[in-house]
Amino acid sequence: MLIQRIAAWARLRSPWILHINTGACNSCDIEVLAALTPRFDVERFGILLKPSPRHADVIAITGPVTRQAAERIRRVYEQTPDPKFVIAIGSCAISGGVFQDCYGVIGGVDKVIPVDVYVPGCPPRPDAIIYGVVKLVEKVSKGG
Amino acid sequence: MSSIDLIVGPIHPALHEPERFVFKIDGEIVVDVEPRLGYVHRGIEKALSERTYIKDIYLVERVCGICNVAHTLTAAQAIEQAFGVEVPRRSKYLRTIVHELNRLHSHLLILGVVCELIGFDTLFMLFWRDREVIMDLIEMITGNRVMSAYNIIGGVRRNIGDFEVTQIKGVLSSLAKRVKQYKKVFMDDPTIRARCAGVGYLSRAKALALGAVGPTARGSGLELDVRVDEPYAAYDEVKYCAVIYNDGDVWARLMVRLDELLASMEVINECLDKMPSGPIRVPVPEAAPQSAEGVSVIEAPRGELIHHVYTKRDDDKPFRYRIRTPTYANIPAVCEMLKGCYIADIPAILASIDPCFSCTDRAALIDTNSGEKRIIDILSLARRSKK
Ligand code: SF4
Repeated sequence: MLIQRIAAWARLRSPWILHINTGACNSCDIEVLAALTPRFDVERFGILLKPSPRHADVIAITGPVTRQAAERIRRVYEQTPDPKFVIAIGSCAISGGVFQDCYGVIGGVDKVIPVDVYVPGCPPRPDAIIYGVVKLVEKVSKGG
Repeated sequence: MSSIDLIVGPIHPALHEPERFVFKIDGEIVVDVEPRLGYVHRGIEKALSERTYIKDIYLVERVCGICNVAHTLTAAQAIEQAFGVEVPRRSKYLRTIVHELNRLHSHLLILGVVCELIGFDTLFMLFWRDREVIMDLIEMITGNRVMSAYNIIGGVRRNIGDFEVTQIKGVLSSLAKRVKQYKKVFMDDPTIRARCAGVGYLSRAKALALGAVGPTARGSGLELDVRVDEPYAAYDEVKYCAVIYNDGDVWARLMVRLDELLASMEVINECLDKMPSGPIRVPVPEAAPQSAEGVSVIEAPRGELIHHVYTKRDDDKPFRYRIRTPTYANIPAVCEMLKGCYIADIPAILASIDPCFSCTDRAALIDTNSGEKRIIDILSLARRSKK
């Protein structure tokens, strides 16, 4: 259908991103934020940061999943309309990173929700985060 | 009259010290605030006493990524004190330089965030553009943009040479010019004055009684700066005067940070000039040579940061580790500031203590009569407030 083709085209050209922090140490978050500012400026690629899960195509998650956050991100994931994609940013979001055996931490994001792209680093540079989004777009345009 | 509870806070646990505030609202005015602390607990203190001292440095660095240098510096100092190690003079100067660069980036970051929250997006972008220059310097010196892992027990990890010194001086002199310009904007701009002056007032007496620290206390006229009161690292040899503003509002707290940017740059320049030559670290045993106690207090970008460690003889892990971070100390003060303010001013007031949870937090508006609940985040709250 035409409308679906237009939607798919728009999604690839301008992915809207929801950023959530599940207990990160802040470094990953400031690097995500830094990607928006003049030096890196992801908006020129059409990537926009959105505050609400209802508007998002992509959920970018930073930080280890703490016990309190697990339920929360599951809910956010359910609230996001399909098709949705998840990027795990930073070692913590991948595996729990430095907080691995802390009692308040469950582990990586993929323990709770499915993840499409992993961006390693502690914290990853803004360039790496942008590269992660580009990889995701490539993956989606090839049909998931 | 319908009373409304406005819940701001992380069920979604944002940061190392996530707070949740329940605001009692009368119309547009906040009448009471109830903070709830301790939402997210990763269990860092416990993990610290289960890992070796060498690994602990990397873990404390991740208590808060924004002021990571402050955490490693405090931890290194506390552990060195317990071990009875004296670090070389040069490493103290290097520590001071990186510590102040870290403060520059942290202050520029929060100044930008506050500007965004009050609806001044241009200034937000400008502050963050200038912050990138500092990030480049930190990367040049330490090898990483954010997590610098620069301080280790017994000294620092890398040395700097003539090339770095000229680079740092060049960057700082051009940044100083721009900061002076921003300061003029903050003094004169009607938008900033309207949104910040007189908002979130905290009197000197209250600040003292509630134990405020850092720029929050200094914005209320309290002369409280660890760098002056109890000099650590190289502060005993460089000139530094605490920046004090007496207005006690959001504007004063921002001005303290702006002036501290300039003061930090002077400290860095002075350190670069005075830096003695010599080794940058001394070897330190892996296990504690004695059962002892180490306490270290420093002035982190957000205020006083305390690390307290107990060592056990011949053990390579601390017996007990305790951290007190500045935001925690500022919570009672921020509750006082919020009483009597408008809902629209909440984001700016919260951000003015630089609590590390400005962007990602969420809020739920609950009408107690109908039980209706709406979830919004701080940014859309800010957006509402711009209308
Ligand atoms: S990956 Fe590293 S920088 Fe990112 S949240 Fe975890 S500890 Fe912090």
